[in-house]
Amino acid sequence: MTDASMQSPETGRHAASLTATDARTIKRAKAEKRFRTYGIVAIATGLFFLVVLFASILSQGIPAFQRTVVSVDFTLTEQQREEAESTLFKTKAYSDLFIAALNKELTERGVEVDFDDAAIERLLGKVGGTIRTFYAENPDQLGQPIEFDLAASSRVDGYFKGRVSRDTLQDSRFLQLSDLDLVDALKEAGIIKQGFNWPFITGADSGVDNPGGAGIGASVVGSFFMMMVVLVLSLPIGVAASIYLEEFAPQNKFTDLIEVNISNLAAVPSIVFGILGLAVFIQFMHLPQSAPLVGGLVLTLMTLPTIIISTRASLKAVPPSIRDAALGVGASKMQAVFHHVLPLAAPGILTGTIIGLAQALGETAPLLLIGMVGFVARGYPDGFLAGFTEPNSAMPAQIYTWAARADVGFYEKAWGGIIILLMFLLTMNIIAIILRRRFERRW
Amino acid sequence: MNDMTRVERAVDSQDIKINAKNVQVFYGETHAIKDVNVDIEDKTVTAFIGPSGCGKSTFLRCLNRMNDTIDICKVKGDILLDGEDIYDKRVDPVQLRAKVGMVFQKPNPFPKSIYDNVAYGPRIHGLAKNKAELDEIVEKSLRRGAIWDEVKDRLDAPGTGLSGGQQQRLCIARAVATEPEVLLMDEPCSALDPIATAQVEELIDELRARYSVVIVTHSMQQAARVSQKTAFFHLGNLVEFGETGQIFTNPEDPRTESYITGRIG
Amino acid sequence: MPIAWLILIVLAIAAVGYVLGRSRALQSAGGDSRGLHSLPVFYGTNVALKTVVPAFGLLILWLLAQPLFVNSQISDMIPESAIKEGSSRSLVMAEVRRTASGLDNAVAQGTLSETAANNADADVSELTQILKDAGQVVTSDISQPVLNAAQRYRLMNATGYTIMSFVVLFVALIGAAAGWLQTNADYRARNVVEQGVGVLLLAAASIAILTTVGIVLSLVFNTWEFFKLYPATDFFFGLTWSPSFSGRGGLSELGIIPLLWGTLYISFVALLVAVPIGLFAAIYLSEYASPRVRSVAKPMLEVLAGIPTIVYGLFALLTVGPLLLNIFGADGLGWMKAGTAVMTAGVVMGIMLIPFVSSLSDDIINAVPQAMRDGSYGLGATQSETIRQVVLPAALPGIVGAILLAASRAIGETMIVVLGAGAAARLSLNPFEAMTTVTAKIVSQLTGDADFASPEALVAFALGMTLFVLTLGLNVFALYIVRKYREQYE
Repeated sequence: MTDASMQSPETGRHAASLTATDARTIKRAKAEKRFRTYGIVAIATGLFFLVVLFASILSQGIPAFQRTVVSVDFTLTEQQREEAESTLFKTKAYSDLFIAALNKELTERGVEVDFDDAAIERLLGKVGGTIRTFYAENPDQLGQPIEFDLAASSRVDGYFKGRVSRDTLQDSRFLQLSDLDLVDALKEAGIIKQGFNWPFITGADSGVDNPGGAGIGASVVGSFFMMMVVLVLSLPIGVAASIYLEEFAPQNKFTDLIEVNISNLAAVPSIVFGILGLAVFIQFMHLPQSAPLVGGLVLTLMTLPTIIISTRASLKAVPPSIRDAALGVGASKMQAVFHHVLPLAAPGILTGTIIGLAQALGETAPLLLIGMVGFVARGYPDGFLAGFTEPNSAMPAQIYTWAARADVGFYEKAWGGIIILLMFLLTMNIIAIILRRRFERRW
Repeated sequence: MNDMTRVERAVDSQDIKINAKNVQVFYGETHAIKDVNVDIEDKTVTAFIGPSGCGKSTFLRCLNRMNDTIDICKVKGDILLDGEDIYDKRVDPVQLRAKVGMVFQKPNPFPKSIYDNVAYGPRIHGLAKNKAELDEIVEKSLRRGAIWDEVKDRLDAPGTGLSGGQQQRLCIARAVATEPEVLLMDEPCSALDPIATAQVEELIDELRARYSVVIVTHSMQQAARVSQKTAFFHLGNLVEFGETGQIFTNPEDPRTESYITGRIG
Repeated sequence: MPIAWLILIVLAIAAVGYVLGRSRALQSAGGDSRGLHSLPVFYGTNVALKTVVPAFGLLILWLLAQPLFVNSQISDMIPESAIKEGSSRSLVMAEVRRTASGLDNAVAQGTLSETAANNADADVSELTQILKDAGQVVTSDISQPVLNAAQRYRLMNATGYTIMSFVVLFVALIGAAAGWLQTNADYRARNVVEQGVGVLLLAAASIAILTTVGIVLSLVFNTWEFFKLYPATDFFFGLTWSPSFSGRGGLSELGIIPLLWGTLYISFVALLVAVPIGLFAAIYLSEYASPRVRSVAKPMLEVLAGIPTIVYGLFALLTVGPLLLNIFGADGLGWMKAGTAVMTAGVVMGIMLIPFVSSLSDDIINAVPQAMRDGSYGLGATQSETIRQVVLPAALPGIVGAILLAASRAIGETMIVVLGAGAAARLSLNPFEAMTTVTAKIVSQLTGDADFASPEALVAFALGMTLFVLTLGLNVFALYIVRKYREQYE
């Protein structure tokens, strides 16, 4: 019933004209603008962080791909070698020969500078040993002129990259101010120069005091073998589990139990999977420590929930009419699923799997617990099968080891390692996106 | 028939509340409303009828600029409320919508208490100076929504807990609370059962005393029962507009006749 | 790799069985496949499945059971006297296993003959030298009982694996034969194969349960061991964390409170960064942004979620830490002593969580029905009023769930805190001080030199248990809230 007792004027409260905005509306419009600005600021902040992150990765990581080398033309005759081998300090003899060659080259180019053995060792490490090993391995090179590319120490490298400067340098057993004069002279002579750092890409981890020699190659191989294990195990198991849950599972307590387990496992911290791997695979089953096989098993258990969740989503996206059509012509449930549903869901499943693999590739914490730390990656495995069982590291764990070392020279390597890791992840994600674009089907 | 008596007792000539001239509406490429001219009178119930997809709801949503919330929707032509163009750049749609309230197809109470549902509009527009005034507005609006007696003991209960018909009357009370001059109703009874529909229709007739009511309906019987003026839309065109009694008994356009007799629609 | 060969042989038998089963079925129907109950493929698959599944099942069980059996046998063989003071049976067993694998390596490299390796009276010191040359890390000189145990260990394992190979091959052949004999035109091969595949699918799905059981067992078992060495009340209520580095003994104080405090403090800072930014970003993207802005900004933000945590760790250690130190350090406000601090780790973790919060909240805000918004606009509410007073209250339970999930992420995050938060366990309110977390200590206790049997290593499992229970509780609760929320609008 309308209420006759209230006789408020119906239009009195509104502004007489629509075009005249009252004070309150102005205030509200301002609040609206403010609120909108908060949103823009939030997004801008997020994007700003992204930019800062990538800027610091690129600015600090790119130098890792450059190295400083001293290249000297060098010839060792059979006779010189025998003489050197007969002395008491063999490497010293080789080192003297090298210094002589260097001196010769310097005078040829008209540069004059004084230096001693110790300075050369500070610049280039133990040159004699390097040369000796080279000729021991390649005796056929004797008597022939070769250009030796010797990596400069990380501090000299830092001098070139601006990490070390004359103002801040303090004389130490690693580098002295006078050495920089030698470096400048060598640079003038064109003997010392910067080049692409192939050893960083192909090499293995070095000792704690040799950041210059550290490379990521061995741990890339470790990651590769781990991903093989993850792919071979998680794809079939994940797909089988998803098919069961999505197509066959009856509505009962056991199915509920599986479902609850999967959704919770997806959110269990990765380090807990590391503890699982340590306790079950290493303590209990005595699988070899630091082996990519074990790493792969742990990462498989970790990525399975992710893969199952995305696979189920793509199975669910196939409309029931497809199943009905197959069942209608007399196919069994199993045939309907394997002949029709699965192929239609395949692109989605692959995309999900690649994204799961990418996630596993970047995972660090569980690997540390099963011993896949960086310093284990001292070389390449002996063969294909050995690649699964021989101790190795993985890219993220290698990066962690570098980041945790005291020598600042390793930080550059860590950033460089991140660039390589991100390139792998980027490739995988691009493949996933292409797959999705190419095969995406809308029903 | 009962319906006819109601129609007859209707219209003494009223002021024009809304005046629409050459209104065109585009959804992206689609030309949804083609050149519609209509005058909506104050203190009158105007019904928009027509087959589904004819543009009647679209046109209704133009009257309080609800179409602004859809990015691809473009409106051309003039719509004047009390002689002022509501699509004028200086008009804040927020102020417009306080004057031109709306009730939707499906009851959509907020997930708040009944009291807060009704108080929402007065609060955002600052209509009450204090709690006592707000209480007064809420009670008055609930009474006008003909639901006061049913909910006065449980104003703190959630609005979503009411039955469908009660929810819709709550939504009407909520719309009334901002003191609108026009009430737009987009098929307000289509989600309700017959008894709830009858209650809402009765309420609409009462609302006519204070407001200009525009109702979109797909039910011709409902249009005949509650409205004094009827507009028939077909494929985006306003085919015929006139006294409800006349449209239903003696339509001028053959399309209107076909629709009313059930041959199209 | 004998096991690889074994697997290949079983697969070969299965392949042969497939061909034979298929042809036998066709033969029994007189060469006309229409006379068969099922397609010929199913008869072949039936035989292959019956070959492979029992054989591999047995293989896996055997591989799990044999080490257990051999270990307990050898363990009983070691006399009490051979266990040195301060050592334990499990340490001696580890030594035995190392020696055994050393012997294997030496034999494989040819530095030791098979007979010499099995000679029970061999000269222990000489053997130790040979093993060291073969590249096997042997901690000390091998003692006589250890050597004998190692030799016995090798022998038992070798015999075990030989028996296993025969049994597995036998089972495979029996299976193949059984499958082949069953095969005739009326045999319902398809139904049998499909049942078999169904069981395999179920087994795959059950791995999720096995994983959980594995996690729980490995945590519970080792935590139990820890509480035998260190009182549980001291662990849960201790206010000091200072493990002794000397190895063993009651000098360590292993109280979890400072670690939990660090964990929660850092997570809190992270949420303080992530929740406002993530939430406002989600609101802007779902309510205001044009489709074009949305299609660019949303994936860009989600890039942050795809970046591995080690990258964030390095970012914290080398970029954010020094940056904060510049502002709040000795040269600036003087609040901060080192780059690693609660702030550093918290801010970087917050950045990591932004896309997590924003995409979850985005989904949840989008689930609020449009009718709700229309109702509000129809009353003349502005967009921000609609969002603040209608959409957000309606979405609140879901958003709370999302924040809880983010909190659980923050609590379980490892690499950022390992690199960015510092190593000192501290009960302090100053966010610019270094603190450490449960996860960081799990890593440091298990990657250090402490042996597995010492409380200093075992405490990691108790920490892991606490972490697991904490995050699991949060997750279950959050998922429950989110599910309830979704049901409300479905």
